[in-house]
Amino acid sequence: MSQWKNFSKGFFKENAVFVLFLGLCPTLGVTTSAINGLGMGLATTFVLTMSNLVVSLVKSQIPDKVRIPSFIVIIASFVTMVELLMQAYVPALFEQLGLFIPLIVVNCVVLGRAEAFASKNNVISSIIDGLGMGLGFAFALTILGGVREILGSGSIFGFKFIQGDGMLVFVLAPGAFIALGYLIVLVNKINKKTA
Amino acid sequence: MEYIIIIISAIFVNNILLAQFLGVCPFIGVSSKVETSVGMAGAVTFVMVIATIVTYLLQKYVLIAFGIEFMQTITFILVIASLVQLVEIILKKVSPALYQALGIFLPLITTNCAVLGVAILAVQKDYSLLGSVVFAISNAIGFGLALVIFAGLREHLDMVNIPKGMKGVPIAFLVAGLLALAFMGFAGLV
Amino acid sequence: MERRLKMANKKESTFISMVLTLFLVTFIASAALCYLYELTKGPIAASKLAKLNTAIMQVVPEFDNAPGEESFKIDVDGGTLEFFPARKNGELIGTAVSTFTNNGFSGNFKIMVGFLPDGTIHNISVLEHKETPGLGDKMQKNKSDWSVQFNGKNPVDFKLKVTKDGGDVDAITASTISSRAFCDAVDRAYKAYMEGGQK
Repeated sequence: MSQWKNFSKGFFKENAVFVLFLGLCPTLGVTTSAINGLGMGLATTFVLTMSNLVVSLVKSQIPDKVRIPSFIVIIASFVTMVELLMQAYVPALFEQLGLFIPLIVVNCVVLGRAEAFASKNNVISSIIDGLGMGLGFAFALTILGGVREILGSGSIFGFKFIQGDGMLVFVLAPGAFIALGYLIVLVNKINKKTA
Repeated sequence: MEYIIIIISAIFVNNILLAQFLGVCPFIGVSSKVETSVGMAGAVTFVMVIATIVTYLLQKYVLIAFGIEFMQTITFILVIASLVQLVEIILKKVSPALYQALGIFLPLITTNCAVLGVAILAVQKDYSLLGSVVFAISNAIGFGLALVIFAGLREHLDMVNIPKGMKGVPIAFLVAGLLALAFMGFAGLV
Repeated sequence: MERRLKMANKKESTFISMVLTLFLVTFIASAALCYLYELTKGPIAASKLAKLNTAIMQVVPEFDNAPGEESFKIDVDGGTLEFFPARKNGELIGTAVSTFTNNGFSGNFKIMVGFLPDGTIHNISVLEHKETPGLGDKMQKNKSDWSVQFNGKNPVDFKLKVTKDGGDVDAITASTISSRAFCDAVDRAYKAYMEGGQK
């Protein structure tokens, strides 16, 4: 597999959210606006790339039976780093995302990639895989956040183009499920066409 | 009175699945049959309550006592991961029947954000130990309730004629959206 | 080549190697985190202080002291209020009160109310809340100017209740509960301010 394919698979073919249905909690929870989705996606990308890098570096030194706990510790440390850094430099976004930042640690995408990819591949491929899957995840969250923001608040990235409220339901919980449902149909269609 | 508010709020108003989006992965993953979702709900309740008690004590007597609250995430997830293992081992020895019923769901629970989420929320909300336990139990009930209702709906969905592109997960999300809409009717109860 | 083959072989899972690995991994992780914690401690404290100062500046007239350093706390029913006295040339010109309510639509929320020395409300800003987006969150200044109606009012002759309950506050449309809770928080701050908050 070429590295380009390795990188780009995360966007459509193996998109964590739209195709594999992983990491759904933050996907639904934080995407009330495009900027929140993007912020969450980038935070996850950082954790995913760094943990992939470290896991692929130490994979041969870790006994098989304590593999998962070690991975979890590695991931949890990077999550805590993100927490600290965000609190220090982007406190507003940190507050918006709230509980979902520490919850990156239980995002199935991160542990899934560490176990399924980084523990079997070399460092370079693992970094590219982490970047690709992470940015694909960020891409999905930004799209979903954008759709919900456009429909729900009549704005995009905070730029208001419709006066008034828009369809509030899309900012509320039910809208998250409904918007994601339709987006999955759409991505399925696109994937079928390109396949 | 305080506990009644916690209970109603956690089960109906701020339902952990439908309003807070914690534990959505198993919600979509294992909710195609009522039977399996009851098993999942049981396993989650079990782990969630024990995990909340242990993390509460850890937070109070270790993390705060030593001023290392920033280690919260890493400590909590380790506790949950080891708890899940421990519960699995104990259940296997003590009650093989229960292990049969819950066993396959247990490994999935480590990465169920509902468990870690509730543990962190209980600490954030500054509940007492009893309050945290009540909070954990009611959230587990809320999780189970949403899961079982949803599974019931999905069993019927199998028999319905829906457009091809919508089959499976997409229609499940739309149904979940409607269910969340229904649960919004509980808003303002407390 | 031979070395690479050896590297690729997984280490055996003996008890000692397992314990040692777990210990090493956690040790390195904690060391790295402690280092980063020390590094970010300053910026985190600074950004928290900056946030507090902005919140205070929004709700009281211009001051030249450091309200954050002169703050004091008063216990009220169900919690603690924090007071930030703002002074100019040593004279008290207003006090920012960080207050809360537990009756919000989604639980508790916190707001900052600025009082002039005679108890008149100068301005109010929302600190943190979980109210419904599009409905209850209209109490935020950047979402709607609903909370402006409190400015310049003195609770002596301005009843801090929504009109539905016989007060003088127009509730946010479709968010009576959030509005009621908002009044509850302001009222709590006002009462505590009049009973010893004017230092």
